[in-house]
Amino acid sequence: MKYVIIGNSIAATACIEGIRSVDKKGEITVISAENYPVYGRPLISYCLLGRVKRENMNYRPADFYDKNGVKVLYSRRAEKIDAANKKVVLDGGEEISYDKLLVSTGSRPFVPPMQGLESVENKYSFMTMDDMLALEKALSPDKDVLVIGAGLIGLKCVEGILDRVKSVTVVDLADRIMPSVLDKEGGEMVQKGLEKKGVRFILSDSAEKFEKNVAYLKNSKQKMPFDILVVAVGVRANTELVKDAGGEVNRGIVVDKGMHTSLADVYAAGDCAEGFDSSIGSNRVLALLPNAYFQGNIAGVNMAGGIALHLDAIPMNAIGFFDTHVLTAGVYEGEVLSDITSDHYKKLFIKDGCLVGFILINDFLRAGIYTSLIRAKTPLSEVDFNLLSEEPQLLAFSKDVRKQKLAREV
Amino acid sequence: MKRIYVNEEWCLGCHLCEYECMYANSGLDQMFKLKGRLNQFIPRIKVEGEDGNAIHFAVNCRHCTNAICVKSCIAGALSKDEGGVVRIDKNKCVGCYTCVLVCPFGAIMPAPDGKAAQKCALCTDNGFGEPNCVKNCPNNAIVYEER
Ligand SMILES: Cc1cc2nc3c(=O)[nH]c(=O)nc-3n(C[C@H](O)[C@H](O)[C@H](O)COP(=O)(O)OP(=O)(O)OC[C@H]3O[C@@H](n4cnc5c(N)ncnc54)[C@H](O)[C@@H]3O)c2cc1C
Ligand code: SF4
Ligand code: SF4
Repeated sequence: MKYVIIGNSIAATACIEGIRSVDKKGEITVISAENYPVYGRPLISYCLLGRVKRENMNYRPADFYDKNGVKVLYSRRAEKIDAANKKVVLDGGEEISYDKLLVSTGSRPFVPPMQGLESVENKYSFMTMDDMLALEKALSPDKDVLVIGAGLIGLKCVEGILDRVKSVTVVDLADRIMPSVLDKEGGEMVQKGLEKKGVRFILSDSAEKFEKNVAYLKNSKQKMPFDILVVAVGVRANTELVKDAGGEVNRGIVVDKGMHTSLADVYAAGDCAEGFDSSIGSNRVLALLPNAYFQGNIAGVNMAGGIALHLDAIPMNAIGFFDTHVLTAGVYEGEVLSDITSDHYKKLFIKDGCLVGFILINDFLRAGIYTSLIRAKTPLSEVDFNLLSEEPQLLAFSKDVRKQKLAREV
Repeated sequence: MKRIYVNEEWCLGCHLCEYECMYANSGLDQMFKLKGRLNQFIPRIKVEGEDGNAIHFAVNCRHCTNAICVKSCIAGALSKDEGGVVRIDKNKCVGCYTCVLVCPFGAIMPAPDGKAAQKCALCTDNGFGEPNCVKNCPNNAIVYEER
């Protein structure tokens, strides 16, 4: 069996591990546009922050590829999938044939058209090791930084650089930060925490144009000089390879619960894929690391002839900014139980007799017990929800369920 | 593999296992030296049930066969070793708490400095060799065995 994997990140690693759980022998080739063994992509901000050393960013031990018999083609790009002849065409025209192919190409930064952007010096995206290393070179204590985008990636970048530059200003068109992760009140709490650390926010506004390193803001009409620009407005899934090969593509590459695309023997996983999200009952891109692992692993098992399905995918986010920790899961719909003080925040969302979502800020111990209820869609009638709403605990389950959890192998 | 299993019928809720865990992972040579320093340690085992409650039991990492924490860690800091023990590499952990978000048992938690996670490795990482909580439970309410 010849396996080919495009992209060499989280979903690819999980796929390798999935294949090897079934097939110890098949030939695995990975096409890696980045010139690095797999690293924890989210760690780029923590590296700038000094929380993790560059040499500890590898996602797997140094002997991972050797041990698993994987050949990695570094700094090579797949240019085309020839699905009819089961071949991948590389940059330079070389062809690699496959029996089973995984597309795990992730996403790329979306840069909206902004007038004069090309005249800006020192502008960066923040998605890769190379982005991080380039940005790091530009940092110094006398620099003013402008970050466009108050989403997860923009704000993680802010955390990483804040203490290494003179000032950081964040501009976003939305009226609140991290709108895809947090509700309004929760967003305000996190924003306050960041403001206390010295971050300046300009919300409901956008850069209308740039003249070299001066931004002109559209709504507030401010003129903002800066030294460094980070554009973190959003990401787009890398779907083109599958689209051009005639596969079904929406916002991401459309996959079924076993990670098959509409093309025979072609699978997709991770940020490039649009799989089944059980919290909404339909497909969507869940551009989160655990999801990339789950999907990649399932793809690998299926590629190797095993059977695996992803039935319980939900959005799950754990994001910290300095001492503020935000843990969220599921959807924010239905009846709300909230417990909010000045420094912690807890909201549980209940719908159709199940816990469907939560937002926890600085009050998150044992949160996984909540997450497991959401993923399993456990009817709250089967647990003592009064106990659970106080804090996540196994005492809320029946004695029999507890025995299954604690008195046998899981 | 040998794991820790719970006999909740026999748990008094005395919290001794929590203290034994803190001690085993403290680097101190005598347990009483925890006195006055308890705030510097967080046990990796948790006794549920408030004082006076009829039910008590102690929960720590189940070393799950298909550990969701390992799959979810954003750093690759969590791994399952060849013996089945789920371990954390402190040099890699960045304290994002994605593992706390996913562990269905509530068995992984922030380390006292708040900058990393910590979890039970069955006392294979602290020189004790075998779970110190089990060894010192007076009631057999937790046992270490193959099942
Ligand atoms: C700064 C930052 C912080 C983040 N923080 C978190 C977090 O805290 N929690 C969380 O859950 N998620 C976080 N994420 C998201 C997480 O990193 C992604 O969900 C995860 O990396 C997706 O993995 P993937 O394997 O699908 O793709 P990616 O990690 O995006 O990797 C895809 C790889 O494919 C390569 N590639 C693309 N096209 C080709 C081609 N044609 N040929 C060869 N190679 C190709 C790319 O170069 C890239 O290396 C963060 C992301 C960023 C950027
Ligand atoms: S920390 Fe939780 S999820 Fe991970 S192995 Fe232990 S019990 Fe399982
Ligand atoms: S807190 Fe540490 S061990 Fe847990 S998911 Fe984050 S990096 Fe991994």
